[in-house]
Amino acid sequence: MSEQIVQTLVDAISVGGLYALTALGIGLIFGVMRLINFAHAQLIMAAGYAVLVFSTQSVVLAIAGALAAAVVLALLVERAAFRPLRSADPAMLLIASFAVSFFLEKAMIVVVGSRPKGVDFLPGLARQIEVAGVRLQMLQLVTIAVCLVLLAATTWFLRSTRLGLEMRAAAENFRMAEVLGVRADRVIATAFAISALLAGAVACLFVAQTGLVQPRMGLQLVIIAFVGTVIGGLGSLPGSALGGFLVGAVTILLQALLPPDLRLFREAFLFVAVAAVLVVRPQGLIPAPGMKERI
Amino acid sequence: MDREAGAGERGAALVDVRGLAVRYGAISAVHGVDLQVHAGEAVAIIGPNGAGKTSLLSAMAGIVRPAAGSIEIGGRPAASIPLPEMVRQGVALVPEGRNIFGSLTVMENLRLGATVRRDDGVAAEIERVVETFPVLGERRNQPAGQLSGGEQQMLAIARAMLSRPRLLMLDEPSLGLAPVIVDRVYELIRTIRAQGVAILLVEQNAERAFAVAERACIMSHGAFTLTGTPPEIRQSGAFDAAYFGVAMEAVP
Repeated sequence: MSEQIVQTLVDAISVGGLYALTALGIGLIFGVMRLINFAHAQLIMAAGYAVLVFSTQSVVLAIAGALAAAVVLALLVERAAFRPLRSADPAMLLIASFAVSFFLEKAMIVVVGSRPKGVDFLPGLARQIEVAGVRLQMLQLVTIAVCLVLLAATTWFLRSTRLGLEMRAAAENFRMAEVLGVRADRVIATAFAISALLAGAVACLFVAQTGLVQPRMGLQLVIIAFVGTVIGGLGSLPGSALGGFLVGAVTILLQALLPPDLRLFREAFLFVAVAAVLVVRPQGLIPAPGMKERI
Repeated sequence: MDREAGAGERGAALVDVRGLAVRYGAISAVHGVDLQVHAGEAVAIIGPNGAGKTSLLSAMAGIVRPAAGSIEIGGRPAASIPLPEMVRQGVALVPEGRNIFGSLTVMENLRLGATVRRDDGVAAEIERVVETFPVLGERRNQPAGQLSGGEQQMLAIARAMLSRPRLLMLDEPSLGLAPVIVDRVYELIRTIRAQGVAILLVEQNAERAFAVAERACIMSHGAFTLTGTPPEIRQSGAFDAAYFGVAMEAVP
């Protein structure tokens, strides 16, 4: 019985971690650009296909390929679609992000078809190991470890590097950051690159878990993670990560705790919880500091 | 060219504004403004709320596009200089409302002031700043949003100075501050002036501005109505009319 509790908790934490990384990727872009980037899903998808292509050769190549594919696609999308719209209002940016997201997904369907493809990525992690008498899946522990490392690395980057400081300043007050000499192109491109690295990592873990890639992959993750950024506090990076984690973890806990005939409706319970959080804290759990453009 | 006397000795103007107009839709905020600021000079723009002072400064800082006229920064058309490059041209702005980064620490705000610098002297200079303003030193690792209004203004000015500007533009540095604090802010501005940095000061309070500036432009309804040295303006007897934009006869 207690083994089952620990297993469920580990499951919840690992899934929560994936959502936290996804939400953080969305939150980074929202912070500097006030753009809700639904094309984040296609970064995950592109990275997933890179895993499909390279995993037959080597694990290292597959991971490097996934990260590279996501970063290249993110920089292309930023340059081609979002940079020309930088001064447009947030509603237009949101619509543009839907357009980019649909375009990339449909283009991928044209190229590779819509059927999912199986990938045998990191099969060694599927085995169970025993930790303190509890049998746990290796992949879930690796997922948790990777999420912790990436959250720490992102935090380090934002706190301790010059570019990270410029990004935080731009997220609070873009105009003033520019007045002080912060270059918008550099900051925004960096935000997209980091966001894409997170998407690439999520894709690797997700593909290892599900063993499938398909043109629609990533969408479900991004939509739920976006809900996470909203309850965490749109524009706040710790808020995004926390919100994403909670949404992911609560989904798994509901799956485990709800009576079997209600499990079908776990999303309904999840969104009731989300609505309740927003009633109590409309700005999110950790409100963002500078949700306005000034000067 | 209708350069004023003395311009030749000082060399080219740091900022040269000619025939400037700023419009927001149908509303004209600034029209027909000429203004030159030379190296080491302190110029004040004085006028009531809504006179167009902030619009003028925003146009000069590259934040808003002029509807007509020309602005040259260091001999280059300002329109060709993107906003982040303005400070690299030696022009720093302390905007109205201070605009410090409230979620970042005092130290991080100061470090951002030196964004354009790549030399090794930044850390030492920041140390000097926090020695000059002990309150900033004591609270160096606290979010700047927790500072009082006066402390935030000091931080905003210190931050702008870390870019080592040739021209510092200040928009209403006394706004919303207690008189004692305003004294300290102006003390700081005078210190900066003494270091040879040119100053363009926008202010509602003429006496405050006169104490710093060697030249003042009174602005009303979007245009300069009176310019001169502070003594000239005082002696002209036309200050009230210029400031409030009414003809003298209309004043009872």
